[in-house]
Amino acid sequence: MSAEPITTFESSLEEVGVELVRTSTDQFESTLIPLLSTPAVGAPLPFENVSLPDAVETDPGVEELEAAKTGVTAAGYGIAEYGSVIIQGGPDGEEPASLYADEHVAVVAGSDVLPDMDATFDRLAEDIRSDAGQAIIATGPSATADMGALVKGAHGPVEVTVVLLEDR
Amino acid sequence: MSVDTRQRKAERIRHLLETEGDSVHKNTQVFNNGRYESTADLEDYEELKDEARAIKEDAIERLPELVKQVTETVEANGGTVYIADDAADANRYVTEVADGRDVVKSKSMTSEEIEVNESLEASGSDVWETDLAEFVLQVADEAPSHIVAPAIHKSREEIAELFNAYFEPEKPLETAQELTQFAREYLGEKFVDAEVGMTGANFVTADTGTLALVTSEGNARKCVQATDTHVAVAGVEKIIPRVEDLQPFVELIGRSGTGQDITSYVSLFTPPGDSPTFDVDDELGSGDEREFHLVLIDNGRMEMREDDQLRETLYCIRCSACANSCANFQHVGGHAFGGETYSGGIATGWEAGVHGADSAAEFNDLCTGCSRCVNQCPVNIDIPWINTVVRDRINRGKDGDLDFLVKGLTPDEEPGGVDLQKRLFGNFDTLAKLGSAFAPLSNWVAQAGPARSLMERTLGVDSRRELPEFERESLVEWFKNRGPQVDPEEARRQVALYPDAYTNYVRTERGKAAIRVLEALDVRVDVPSAGESGRAPLSQGMVATAQSNAEDVYDALAPAVAAGHDVVVVEPSDLAMFHREYERLLPKDNYTVLKNHSYEVLEYVYGLLENGADINALPDGDDMQIAYHSHCQQRTLNLEPYTLAVLEDCGFDVRTSDVECCGMAGSFGYKSEYYELSIDVGETLVDQFTTENTADRTVVASGTSCLEQLDALLTRRPAHPVRLLDT
Repeated sequence: MSAEPITTFESSLEEVGVELVRTSTDQFESTLIPLLSTPAVGAPLPFENVSLPDAVETDPGVEELEAAKTGVTAAGYGIAEYGSVIIQGGPDGEEPASLYADEHVAVVAGSDVLPDMDATFDRLAEDIRSDAGQAIIATGPSATADMGALVKGAHGPVEVTVVLLEDR
Repeated sequence: MSVDTRQRKAERIRHLLETEGDSVHKNTQVFNNGRYESTADLEDYEELKDEARAIKEDAIERLPELVKQVTETVEANGGTVYIADDAADANRYVTEVADGRDVVKSKSMTSEEIEVNESLEASGSDVWETDLAEFVLQVADEAPSHIVAPAIHKSREEIAELFNAYFEPEKPLETAQELTQFAREYLGEKFVDAEVGMTGANFVTADTGTLALVTSEGNARKCVQATDTHVAVAGVEKIIPRVEDLQPFVELIGRSGTGQDITSYVSLFTPPGDSPTFDVDDELGSGDEREFHLVLIDNGRMEMREDDQLRETLYCIRCSACANSCANFQHVGGHAFGGETYSGGIATGWEAGVHGADSAAEFNDLCTGCSRCVNQCPVNIDIPWINTVVRDRINRGKDGDLDFLVKGLTPDEEPGGVDLQKRLFGNFDTLAKLGSAFAPLSNWVAQAGPARSLMERTLGVDSRRELPEFERESLVEWFKNRGPQVDPEEARRQVALYPDAYTNYVRTERGKAAIRVLEALDVRVDVPSAGESGRAPLSQGMVATAQSNAEDVYDALAPAVAAGHDVVVVEPSDLAMFHREYERLLPKDNYTVLKNHSYEVLEYVYGLLENGADINALPDGDDMQIAYHSHCQQRTLNLEPYTLAVLEDCGFDVRTSDVECCGMAGSFGYKSEYYELSIDVGETLVDQFTTENTADRTVVASGTSCLEQLDALLTRRPAHPVRLLDT
């Protein structure tokens, strides 16, 4: 992991109104807990020795999903230049967990922060060819200007936070 | 066009200017400025555009093969592909799939094109538009006014009023936040209830069967996740070969459209997706059984592909840059500047291709050919050319009943069906020649009341406009009597000054000034007798006449060019003909040689000064306060900076306008049906030249039309900038 993409990633995230929180495998849980507003939902994280606290419901029903204040999921990778994260949805429910809650907390491994769109599409193409059914390039919270002024939080989250596992 | 038709058109435009103009203007300005800012940050903007263009050219070239490939891929993924010949075919298929179940939709112009909602509702489905703008329009029962932001014509106040009346919420809704929250909750229930999710697709990749959806609200994601059956409708032209090909489009589309570096969500779905879906008992159940149907719609596209002129339309990625950068669109919006489905500059191509010439004819004349959209298009489509070609076809499609009226009176190459108004403006050269020969008598007669009212009734020339006054002595005649003043042996360069029709017959003073300024810089100037460039007939869709003019102009200028002389042009719209449209009107070699040797007058002066000419030969501006409006086509050719640099180097203090067009645009502002729109567009320029900082400045403008518009709307008399340099 070189420092440069992370620095760019952080400033790009800031530009789209997203806070970057740095942590490590050991500190993950203690970093995440203060970021949670309950009720919280989520999808199991794919990182070894990193798991979600019990307060995060990983098998929610429709009502729990819609009532959720926080949704925690992994993001496949980040794009430094744009401040984007890639949400790969599957049977574990990353898609609903990242979409319905007021705030989406996306967990990204430091080594998965890619410099730009070129590098991202190389990786996306590889993933899609090996059957990744979904890749959402998500940049900032959902937004709309359709009601006469810019509003953050349209059908998706009002707020997004990226938690970076610096040692992964 | 009859007097009644013109009046109806004028009334319709007036109504839209009053009711929707302000909202459309405010919102398109945000998009337009955003695009300029966002693309300026993109280092390899031009390269990305070229790359995007090449991908589209290749994809359309190989379309039948790609359709076959994507069909195989999607089917191998577990989905179904249906190729629909036309709207009815597509609707039949979609209603069969929906089978009366409830449908949630994300925004799709293609679904608007086929009017699938009506078909679904008729077959018993409840259909909900979940894009908030489309939702507003569904509630209001109105058509989109913009291809990306369909409710751009509605203000927050109007939406609040609409929702409060329709939904009668306990507490009246007021802010954009409240309206959004209300719509989110209302549609939230629809997502839970619906079993069919319908989306469009911005791109479909043939190699993997991936759909790319460019959105910001998150509703398209919900349409897919919350339902059991995903139906995507897309025009066949949306197919591109490979996933990697998405990259330039992802970087360009948000910037080109709403001026965002990237929209909140660029969703790449390779369906059928397996995200958990909503069960009947409100639990999240397995998404493994999700069905996927890709409906690829032809509806005229394969014919467009065979059409050498309309084919480029299929490269369009529907970003809306051409609408947002269009002065007329910014003022009147897509309810006037649009056909059955599509709106904005490129809509002429789409409407002509999918709905037919009649739909395109409704609004095609609103494209003035100003060309501001050309550099904005992320796939480099020559949108003004498509508008011109379709205009030509509309002209020719009309019956030639009036043949007997115009035969022998107009020297053009057009059939009799061409509207008399178009014919008048298209033959401006002949008109100017006659006007000049009989000046000043012709000017008195033309300006007299009875003549003006006759012209308004028969030709639709608005009597509120002052007509150009023809000079008795043309520039060519003046020069013939005067002769060149610089000895060819001593000359720094030799040039042929092209006497465009306005400079030759109407505004000879700017031609004379240009000649004297060049001579002051030791350039030997000659003024060959050359006719109108073809701009006038081309703007009326009279392509054959334009071509004939172009050939004549080339013949008149070719000897000078062959002798190694440069061609200097005063009128930017004519230089733009040489540099852009002649590519389509002249043999390639002739086009290239003329393009490479022709310059806008102040661009040429700049070049002379850069190459050793003495700036002291020109007057000292002495901090004189100037307000400069460059010409639309001049700006498209990136020639504004030269005028600015020369004036500043000479010591003038210059402020510039940044409107896309003055609104006059050749004949456009003279036409009675468009007069009010032309004035409305012009007022935005006037606003910029009447601020505290500009109100007392001397106004200069490079284009004849701009000068006429400014002259009509300002009390100060504007002039061509070259006149500032004439001692």
